[in-house]
Amino acid sequence: MKLLVCIKQVPDMESKFKVGAEGLWYDRHDLAWLMNEYDEYGVEQAVQLKEQTGADLTVLSIGPEQVKETIKKALAMGCDRGVHIVDDQAHLKDPFEIASMIAEFAGDKGFDLIFTGMQSQDRGSAQVGVMVAELLTIAAVTTVVDFAFVDGQVTVKRELEGGVKAKVASKLPVLITCQLGLNAPRYPTLPNIMKAKKKEMLSLPATDLRKAAALQETMKIEFPAKRSGGLFLEGEVASIADRLIRILKEKTTVLA
Amino acid sequence: MKMLLVAEYRQGELLESYTELLAFAGIMGAESAMFLTAGTAGELPKFSGRLYLAEVAEFGEYNPDVHKQLLLEVVEKEHPEMIVFSHSSYGWDLAPRLAVSLKAGQISEVVALQDGALVAPVCNGKLRRTMKSRGRITVVTLQAGAFGLADAAVGVPTVIPVTGNAKGNIDLQGYEMAEHGGVDLSKAEIIVSAGRGVGKPENIALVAGLAKALGGEYGASRPVVDSLWVEHNRQVGTTGLTVSPKLYVACGISGAVQHLAGMKKSEFVVAINTDKDAPIGDMADVFAVADLKQLLPLLIEKLQAL
Repeated sequence: MKLLVCIKQVPDMESKFKVGAEGLWYDRHDLAWLMNEYDEYGVEQAVQLKEQTGADLTVLSIGPEQVKETIKKALAMGCDRGVHIVDDQAHLKDPFEIASMIAEFAGDKGFDLIFTGMQSQDRGSAQVGVMVAELLTIAAVTTVVDFAFVDGQVTVKRELEGGVKAKVASKLPVLITCQLGLNAPRYPTLPNIMKAKKKEMLSLPATDLRKAAALQETMKIEFPAKRSGGLFLEGEVASIADRLIRILKEKTTVLA
Repeated sequence: MKMLLVAEYRQGELLESYTELLAFAGIMGAESAMFLTAGTAGELPKFSGRLYLAEVAEFGEYNPDVHKQLLLEVVEKEHPEMIVFSHSSYGWDLAPRLAVSLKAGQISEVVALQDGALVAPVCNGKLRRTMKSRGRITVVTLQAGAFGLADAAVGVPTVIPVTGNAKGNIDLQGYEMAEHGGVDLSKAEIIVSAGRGVGKPENIALVAGLAKALGGEYGASRPVVDSLWVEHNRQVGTTGLTVSPKLYVACGISGAVQHLAGMKKSEFVVAINTDKDAPIGDMADVFAVADLKQLLPLLIEKLQAL
């Protein structure tokens, strides 16, 4: 059995963001970079499935040289080999372009199961995974919070709104998009980090892949207008506590 | 402009979110038709226009490959310039399939319009992006609650039955409901919620302590529940509970859109956060810029002394 997990490197969402020079994306300088949180669940699930079945597991990421660090983390978590599609312009590509690159790479590899995050923390389109499945004409189940592979069939729970879950079954091949809470992603151990350094890392220039045309364009990126009216309490903590209690007495009935 | 709106039906019921699609179509001045898979004998969306109705007994509530094929046939008939879904577990699952089939650009989680272009959040709402599609057709998903009708929806649709022999590749086996476990935050008048900023599980006690001092219940945002620090029945947000207390105190919650969607009906919102730029500020009536580990013990002490 062959598995693929697709991951993205994203900034720490607690970062101070700035608008980039061309006004089309955030400034990529001076940010701390991490594996997209949703993808961590994908890597963990893929590694668990590898442990269960002895499957072969490839991890793929698209982006500039620095995304190798994130691929290495996935290798240290247990993936067998890394594929880095080298693309300095990946952050300006739309979901269809990104999905087309992944689908072209995966097209002739015969993956039985593909895992992706349900969305990225930065762009958040929730499109790429489903689009990869469509382009490969395989089944896809999104927003998965529970996964089992038994007798050659995948049974998952999808998270819907309001605490409801839907139980869904699919035969292989299938693509799964992973929601937060699907499992408990492991921390790479030091021996596994060392082992990961020796694992195969294939670099594939994006220019070697057929280029799909962009289907959307960004006019601008900006900070949302702050809603006015909110009162900021700053300064010494004791003074904040007193002012806050006074406001609750004046503006609400909860302390009455 | 011609629009095709895709309404949702789950667990035997039409979801109210179709009115948000109508509100968006209204703002865009579009002529709209609607697609729905539902029990054809049940409640129908209230609007005046063509309703393409597929029988749920035949096509299933969640069977995206089949729904896509049915939708493609409707698109052939209607030639919409825009196809609009809710950004929901149904919409974000189905929309990209249709976008690929139609080679249409998809713009996800739209929250506003600006000069005819679509605005969507980036980085958990810290930034927003204005976009447009390049193709003849644009697929759009709308953030829950971003658009709403001022008045109740009215009208009776002209029903056009949709049939087909589409085959799906997945099997919906049933639903599982959340357990309430004795607490029902949706009825609480005062809620103090913990976010990722609480730092470690021990600090949940501070949040619960403040809730107790105020005579309310404590809740949590998703990351805290995923970390198993707080039970799921206390989770506020899209995938948890929608609450509408008199007072909502958000402790260390940055304010991801999914969380804001669950608490924005609160009457009075207090945010406690060290990051002044946290998006929760958009909802907050009062924003205490402080470390909750220092502020909460003081607040509890002072409230108990009242």
